[in-house]
This record gives sequence, C-alpha cells and structure tokens, in this order.
Amino acid sequence: MPTSSQADRILVLGIGNILWADEGFGVRAVEEFHRRYAVPENITILDGGTQGLYLVNYLEDADRLIVFDAIDYGLEPGQLKVVRDEEVPRFTGAKKMSLHQTGFQEVISAADLLGRCPKHLALIGCQPLDLQDWGGPLTAPVRDQINPAVALAVDILAKWGVEAAPRTASLPESERLLANDIDHIHYEMRARPA
Amino acid sequence: MGIQTPNGFNLDNSGKRIVVDPVTRIEGHMRVEVNVDADNVIRNAVSTGTMWRGIEVILKNRDPRDAWAFTERICGVCTGTHALTSVRAVENALGITIPQNANSIRNLMQLALQVQDHIVHFYHLHALDWVDVISALSADPRATSTLAQSISSWPLSSPGYFKDLQTRLKKFVESGQLGPFKNGYWGSKAYKLPPEANLMAVAHYLEALDFQKEIVKIHTIFGGKNPHPNWLVGGVPCPINVDGTGAVGAINMERLNLISSIIDRLIEFNEQVYLPDVAAIGSFYKDWLYGGGLSGQSVLAYGDVPEHANDYSSSSLKLPRGAIINGNLAEVFPVDHANPDEIQEFVVHSWYKYPDETKGLHPWDGVTEPNYVLGPNAKGTKTAIEQLDEGGKYSWIKAPRWRGNAMEVGPLARWVVGYAQNKSEFKDPVDKFLKDLSLPLSALFSTLGRTAARALESVWAGRQMRYFQDKLVANIKAGDSSTANVDKWKPESWPKEAKGFGFTEAPRGALAHWIRIKDTKIDNYQCVVPTTWNGSPRDPKGNIGAFEASLLNTPMVNPEQPLEILRTIHSFDPCLACSTHVMSPDGQELAKVKVR
Repeated sequence: MPTSSQADRILVLGIGNILWADEGFGVRAVEEFHRRYAVPENITILDGGTQGLYLVNYLEDADRLIVFDAIDYGLEPGQLKVVRDEEVPRFTGAKKMSLHQTGFQEVISAADLLGRCPKHLALIGCQPLDLQDWGGPLTAPVRDQINPAVALAVDILAKWGVEAAPRTASLPESERLLANDIDHIHYEMRARPA
Repeated sequence: MGIQTPNGFNLDNSGKRIVVDPVTRIEGHMRVEVNVDADNVIRNAVSTGTMWRGIEVILKNRDPRDAWAFTERICGVCTGTHALTSVRAVENALGITIPQNANSIRNLMQLALQVQDHIVHFYHLHALDWVDVISALSADPRATSTLAQSISSWPLSSPGYFKDLQTRLKKFVESGQLGPFKNGYWGSKAYKLPPEANLMAVAHYLEALDFQKEIVKIHTIFGGKNPHPNWLVGGVPCPINVDGTGAVGAINMERLNLISSIIDRLIEFNEQVYLPDVAAIGSFYKDWLYGGGLSGQSVLAYGDVPEHANDYSSSSLKLPRGAIINGNLAEVFPVDHANPDEIQEFVVHSWYKYPDETKGLHPWDGVTEPNYVLGPNAKGTKTAIEQLDEGGKYSWIKAPRWRGNAMEVGPLARWVVGYAQNKSEFKDPVDKFLKDLSLPLSALFSTLGRTAARALESVWAGRQMRYFQDKLVANIKAGDSSTANVDKWKPESWPKEAKGFGFTEAPRGALAHWIRIKDTKIDNYQCVVPTTWNGSPRDPKGNIGAFEASLLNTPMVNPEQPLEILRTIHSFDPCLACSTHVMSPDGQELAKVKVR
C-alpha cells in the first residue's frame, strides 16, 4: 500500500442517520474516533450525517478518504468489513452495500466527474441489526464494533504513514463533534422515553 | 369505476395499474401507483410514503433548547430550515425575542439554503427529467456555443469549452460508471430537447455542482460549522467582532466581505445560468403543460423572511403569507397557526390511530400512534405490498388540511399567493417569464410552472440576501453587535406550562413545528412538513392531495418508462425523510416499475 506524501489531505468521514438506530453507526464511529484521537493538520474529521451530494466538496478536497458507514452485506449483525478503492461502490448495479448507497455512490461519482475524487478510499462498514427502531439507540452488536472500527481506521492511517495519537487530555464539551444532547452518551441515555 | 372527489377530480381505477417504487432522486422513500386508460392517460393516482414518522416520539422529555439539533437530523437536505423552525417554536412558546442582527443572519442562512437547494434540486435532481444526457454526446459543440450565447452572457460558452466537456462526459459514460446519470430513461420520446440544449444543460449541471459548495460557506461562517450548523434559542450562536482578526468563530469584516462576494456570485449564477436555462428548456416543453394539480385551485404559504425581528405578521414577511381556495385568486385568506379549526391532520387513510378518525387534530393536540394495516383490496403482504388499496389505510404520511381543504405548498404556492396579492416583485417576474415564452397565465399551473417558480424564487432570494447583508453591515457599523438575547435562557425563568409554534418556508414549502413545554421539558412536539402537505393521502371526505392531483390526466409515452410521473413528482422537490421514516432497508434499489 502506498504511503501518503506529506501534503496528502485525508478525510475521515462518518455517514448515516443517528435517529435510525444502527443507521447511526458511521456517525457514532467518527464521533468516537474524534473523541479519542488527535490528528495532524492534514486530516479532516467530519460528521457527514445524511448530507449526500452536499458532501462532494469535502471529497474534492481530499486525496484519501476513510468512511465509516452501516453496510448491508447480508453478514452477521455487527460484523465489520473493510472495502478498498475500486471496491467502494461506484458503479451502477453494484451489490447492495451502504444503506444510502445511492447517495454516497453519487457523491463519489460526482467528485469523479469533476475530476477530483480521492485517489485512495477505505470504507469501514458494519452490518446492522435493526434499522426500524425510530429514535432508538445502536443495538448492542453494532455498538460493540465502534472501538474495533476506530482501531481499523487508526491502522489504515498508520499504513498511509500518518499517526493518530491518543488524546492526552479529554476533549472539552465545546469541541465535541456532536453536542446539544445528540452526542452518543446523552442521546442513548434518554433514547427511549418512558 | 369512476368517482368524483369533493375537490373536483375524476378518478377511475379500472385501467392498467402501474407501480413506481421507489421514486428515485428524492430524499427518502416514496411509492406511486397509477391507473392508466386504454390511451395510457393517468386516470387514478395513489401516492404513499412507505416510511414511518416519529420525531414526535423521540423529542418527548428532551430540553426544548436542544430540539433544533434533533430536528436538524431528520433530513439530509433541509437541515437548517428545521433548526430555524424549531428555535422559532421555542421562542414563540416562551416569549423570547431576538436581536435585529440575529434576524438578519437567520434570514441570510435561510435564503442561502433556499438558493442552494433550488439550484441543486433543478440541476441534480430534476433536470434529468427534461434533459437527455446521452443525447448530449451527439451535440455539435459549435452550435451549443451559439445556443448558449443567444440566451445569456455567461462567459463559459465557447465551442472549445463545450467540446472539452463533451469529451469528459463521453469518457465518463464509456467507463460504464453512469453514476449520477443512472436510472434515466435515455432516448425516450418524452425528451424533447435537441442535443445542443442537452449538452448545455449537462455543462451547467457540472458548474452548479461545483458552485453549490460556495453557497454553503455562508452556513459555515454563521453557523460555526457545516454540514450541521449551530443554532441558538434567542438569537444566533456567532458573536460579532468587526475589529477582531483571528477570534475563533467571531464574525469580522473579512468574513462579512467573503459572504458579500459569495452573494454577488450566486446572484450572477441565478440570473445568467439558472433562470435562462429554465426558460430555454421550458421553450421546448410548451406543449407539455401537465401536472398542475391543486396549484391553480388551493395553495398555502406561511410566509417567511421577516423584515423586522420578532414580527411574523404578513406585513413584515417578505415571502408571502396566505391561503387561496377554489381557484379564487381574488381572495387571499389569512392563516393562523394557533387556530384549532385551521390546520388539522387526518389519518383515516394513514397508518396511524386516532380515537375518532372522522375528525382531524390540530398539531398542538396531535397524536402519533402507528397502526399498520392494509385495506381489504390490497394485494401482497404487509412486508411485500404488490398493490395498495387506497380505499383503506395506505401511507405513513398523515393528511393535513387547511379548513378542510387539501393544499399545495412550495415555491409555486408562494408565488401564486404573491401574484394574487398583486405584489410586483412576484407578479412582474411571472408575467415576464410567461410573456417571453408566449404562454398564458394558466400555463403557470403546471409541472413547468412549478419548476419556473423555483428558478424565479432563487433569483429573488439572491437579491434579498444582498439586502439583508447590507442591512446587517449597516447595523453593525452603527454600533450594534448584539446577536443573542439570553434573558430567558435559564429554565427557572420559564412558566410551568407553555405552548408555541414556529414556521418557515422551507425550499420545498410551508413548514411548521408545534411545541408544548411542561416542567421545562418537551411534552408534545409535532412537525407538519411540506411533503406531508403535498404527498398527503386522501382525507375522510375523499379529497386527494397535491401529488395525486398533479398526476391525473397526464398522458404517458410508455408506461414501462414512467418519466412523466417522475418529472411531475420531482417538480415538488419532495423530501420523504422528514415526513416519514424508513420501513424497509431497500431504499437504494433501482426503481422497479410494475405494470399490471
């Protein structure tokens, strides 16, 4: 695997809808990555939510992309799978994979069409258990995969020659990726109203 | 069997049934079923949101000051407008006022969203219903250049530019990765543009893709971050410090100048690219004036963009407010969100349960209790519906009505209300657009009219942004740098119980949130979103909603390629994510079209 040059811009992105149970995996994973690791200037960490085409400018600015997402590979719930480069779906009729594949596939295609798609892509996907529980939290098998997924991202970055360093001091509230009661802990604490 | 609905439409479901599921290139998941007669003309239409809505449930017992952050997550395309509606609802309930700068900044954010959404909707979600991408490959770049220069002074119009673009497009298509251009019915006779107009439109598709990201910088600057900007009950979260140079998050002159230059560019794009493109494309579809539906009959606009902070009356709102019924443009009725007899939601054909389903409920008293049962004539099973029974419950969308009337909302509704109110800033551009195409006023009430109203509104919104940016800068220079009112920030200062509402005009139509607060927590929260209005199922009296009405009497070239259905449904810029919630995870499948 080629290591990145000093100037390479890297985007670490989480996508999905936090209000739809396991659909929120990607956002929760990137939230946790950001909470635990400090990264050099050339890395951007982004909670992409369900923004679809609006994310294209972030992709354009990146030479390399790591994306966390809930994927449907028909695997056991909670199973992780890493997909690389051309395997990251961008072709019509590709196997069903991301739950908003059309959306994200189009983002990649659009960046490609503009001639500015990241050269290296890594999708860290997790097979969901439950997508129908509106307002519900991540299910246990998916929640248990957040730390392994974060570790995979750290590993990929290391192979690209970039070190994500564990934070020495805990992240102040004002710098968290998600706030206002929708951060993972507060969201789940009261996700199921009595 | 033929029936007439109380709102004047003839329905006949005896012909061949066509199912389009899902409708692609929209946010969320929806399904349309129609019956066509022997000449392939649509005679019955059934629109359904196949997802369950439940933000109401998840917000219960949360802090009202955080509600915006949840509502911002409902949907991927109108994040900011839900957040704005939410903070307005809380402010209305608790009697919180905001400073004038906050009003200007909120207007700038709302208008920026309007422009960005309209541009992205037209070029990236809707244009491909009119533009045949594959046909662009056979265009003559020189003739394309002549065409482009005849409609606008936009500089990117040389033969070489179009030649390069065509080469790029060819390479992209030949690589087999149609990407955003998949799911098109390329080559269909329902496409009417010559290759050169198709190539010009594809060029602008790419330019718009590149440009839209500039617009969102306004949200990043005022909202602190993007794609999920910050909002604040009582104002806006960005402090103003004009003399500051590097203060984190503060608005200084450098940032205000950046915003100003983005506004100049978006005004230019609207006026030199977007509106001329819509007019040029429209000129080839002048004989395709289907899709009017409710637009010439019953339209509703809440109004938005207040001139004066905290004044949400019609006289202060720059986007028009009012209701028109029975096609009588001579009378525009006032709208009151607090009146229990005006806005009500019905569920007799929706997958919810009310104690008495013959009656509607005002959102303050709204109930969201799911009840998923199919009508007796439905075909298939609950997990694999083959055909819906519109005589029973058939949608996860509720049916909102204004004084019992099904209403269309959205850019066309807003412009029809503004036109009926004889406001020149709405009437004159409509008259000019129609005159340039030699079309009568009646042509406005069509799919094309809906698409044109959106382009006219984008132009209008760009100019309003210039106005509010200048107003903001003038006020700051006069010494007022206040952006937030924290007098009632602390819950101890709130009454034990309170209720309120907030409204906006989202890009796709009238949006309102109703809130009840009890012991400082949310007790009930109801959103009535634009696609709930437009995509509503039938009500107890049998009135059909805007989507269903718009499809009636449209002839289809080929029912196996439902381009006409997509064109008209897309013209509403539907967004199902917030009107409903996903029921099955198959939303990314290619569109299935079934003909029975």
